[in-house]
Amino acid sequence: MTVSPPAGLEGRHLLGIEPLSVEEILRILDLAEEYVALNRQAVKRTDTLAGITQINMFFEASTRTQASFEIAGKRLGADVMNMAMQASSIRKGETLIDTATTLNAMHPDILVVRHPHSGAVNLLAQKVNCAVINAGDGRHEHPTQALLDALTIRREKGRLTRLTVAICGDIAHSRVARSNILLLGKLGNRIRLVGPRTLLPRGFAELGAEVHENMEEGLADTDVVMMLRLQKERMDGAFIPSVREYYHRWGLDAAKLAHARPDAIVMHPGPMNRGVEIDGDLADDINRSVIREQVEMGVAVRMAVMDLLARRLRDERAAAADVPGRSG
Amino acid sequence: MNEHGMNGAAGEAHPREEGRPLLFRNARIIDPAAGREIRGDLLVREGRIAAIGQAIAPPEGAATIDCAGACLAPGIIDVGVKVGEPGERHKESYRTASAAAAAGGVTTIVTRPDTAQPIDTPETLEFVRRRAAEVAQIRIHPMAALTRRREGREMSEIGLLMDAGAVAFTDGDHVVEDTKVLARCLTYAAMMGAKVIGHVQDPGLSRGAAATAGKFAALKGLPAVPAMAERMGLMRDLALVELTGADWHADQVTTRSALAVLARAKEAGLAVTAGCSIHHLTLNEFDIGDYRTFFKLKPPLRAEEDRVAAVEAVASGLIDIIASMHTPQDEESKRLPFEEAASGAVGLETLLPAALRLVHGGQLDLPRLFRALSLRPAEIFGLEGGRMQRGAPADLVLFDPDRPFILDRFALHSKSKNTPFDGARMEGRVLGTWVGGRQIFPAGDG
Repeated sequence: MTVSPPAGLEGRHLLGIEPLSVEEILRILDLAEEYVALNRQAVKRTDTLAGITQINMFFEASTRTQASFEIAGKRLGADVMNMAMQASSIRKGETLIDTATTLNAMHPDILVVRHPHSGAVNLLAQKVNCAVINAGDGRHEHPTQALLDALTIRREKGRLTRLTVAICGDIAHSRVARSNILLLGKLGNRIRLVGPRTLLPRGFAELGAEVHENMEEGLADTDVVMMLRLQKERMDGAFIPSVREYYHRWGLDAAKLAHARPDAIVMHPGPMNRGVEIDGDLADDINRSVIREQVEMGVAVRMAVMDLLARRLRDERAAAADVPGRSG
Repeated sequence: MNEHGMNGAAGEAHPREEGRPLLFRNARIIDPAAGREIRGDLLVREGRIAAIGQAIAPPEGAATIDCAGACLAPGIIDVGVKVGEPGERHKESYRTASAAAAAGGVTTIVTRPDTAQPIDTPETLEFVRRRAAEVAQIRIHPMAALTRRREGREMSEIGLLMDAGAVAFTDGDHVVEDTKVLARCLTYAAMMGAKVIGHVQDPGLSRGAAATAGKFAALKGLPAVPAMAERMGLMRDLALVELTGADWHADQVTTRSALAVLARAKEAGLAVTAGCSIHHLTLNEFDIGDYRTFFKLKPPLRAEEDRVAAVEAVASGLIDIIASMHTPQDEESKRLPFEEAASGAVGLETLLPAALRLVHGGQLDLPRLFRALSLRPAEIFGLEGGRMQRGAPADLVLFDPDRPFILDRFALHSKSKNTPFDGARMEGRVLGTWVGGRQIFPAGDG
């Protein structure tokens, strides 16, 4: 059975970059471009997801990602609901599987899930009957972040291949880093990981990235400098001695950025710690920093992902309806 | 990399001294690198050794010293010296430590950060360097704390401290108990190329101990730590060093069973080094006698078989460094019941005569002794001294190895007089000490 020309994604969920093909990645980015245009119009609303129920389940605090998914869903006409999971049933001892069972009974169509533990979103996806989007699981993956970063890079650089990209800072604890390493690697870019050894375990070299402990060396001739957020609890003596020592050696400022290519762009997934991993003025420099563009691309990429997953969902349901005995 | 020593007083402050050549004649020149001694002359120009040989003609305007057959060796580099600044200047200041070192033939000290206010920030280190540069005549290389306040919880600013001149990192006798914290500290230090000094001791077993478990502690009723605690501490640290690739040195390895572990690690190719205090090489637990607190050390004095094993380890090179572990304590800290008394002994001035006991006893020859006192400390800490060769800094000690004396603790230059050798018969007197070609002992010269 052939369906409408723009196909959905191969899988039912978006759990990570790892299972995506290059074609799927590019399909998401191409569709996202259309939504960038839509989002810049006065009237942004469509009915693409009309009748679709989207539930945002955040087991870990988030402001910008949750807002981005919520706006994306609303612009597509979905019924969007936020469940603040930290404050609810989890506190009362409900297991993740029980939560999934409860949700199934409510018949949602798209679940957007963030969870503090790696693999938790995959587990939930096995137990529910709808599409699941990973909005960040532990240190594992944050696929929509990598996709929005990719879209930003492609728009700024005009291509998404044969670029040298430095990902800097707390690699060890970063799901953003893992998803970006996977995505940029699939598209044939050269990836450098830069950070202190305590935040950059040696195993990362085996993922095919170059590992640098020295910022100046790591940034040399890069096209893209991607800074990562350093969590507060990792700053004071646990993984690095202090904020000032970190900033001195690994904080991005104009002097260190001078080692990158003159047209290198600066990215950050936010929220930023000014004066920790990045100089405040540099973050605001509209000639180098694309941090605000990243936020804009975030909404568009999430719209594209939900659109494609909904297409797949409709195809699935249509196919199921065609099978005798399964309908009704 | 470690050439930011504070030799201001020894060099730049007295430029006129450097211009004048200095010729030592008729000396027994001890060359630890070559492992031999030669009879001859040594010429110093511009603060460095310019020539070593027979019957060197004195250059124009040279000062000449007739050594009359006395020994001329590279100045001692004493690793692990505690100076009471900041916070306990009444116990030892940089001025008195420098004077004590000069009198003991010590030309370089590597200082400990376990001061009353620990040296754990670049600001404190700067203060210490400034104080030292103002008053000291010897070379001083400070170590800094590995963790903040030496509490074993958060790593100190290793990079900024290195920039400020820290030559190594140690929490002194505080063991970092949390292996995760220590692993991260060692990983970070390895990345920075920072040397870490460990104190090998199982923290649980050693808590509250005042003596080594065994016959003596049983007889005297003292809380004791089994010698095995040292081996346990060493094994743990060696595993973490292997894991992290850290540049690591054990401050003191003092027991037979730990030395066996150290030997296996070195044979297996692990690039670790170790020291031993002169007190553990020359005294044993029975020297404590009637609860004499000047003999209370950390780790505590060991059984005689452990002492013998440590001496053999120095002779074989298994133990790299002999240090004084100079720890000044005032009378009040020591005039207490043994269990309550502070640990540690002064040692800058007694290090050489005590070490010469091993030479007189036939366990070591002089080149081997100075390998442990001067050459290996220089090599391990990346310092220039310790070598009897052309171009090396003229940091020298002239001594008569056989001259006998009875040690009077009140004659020591240290502010604190807590030596276990008070009243002891010793052999070996320092006749003169030079740093960068300038004589700093006996005082009053120039």
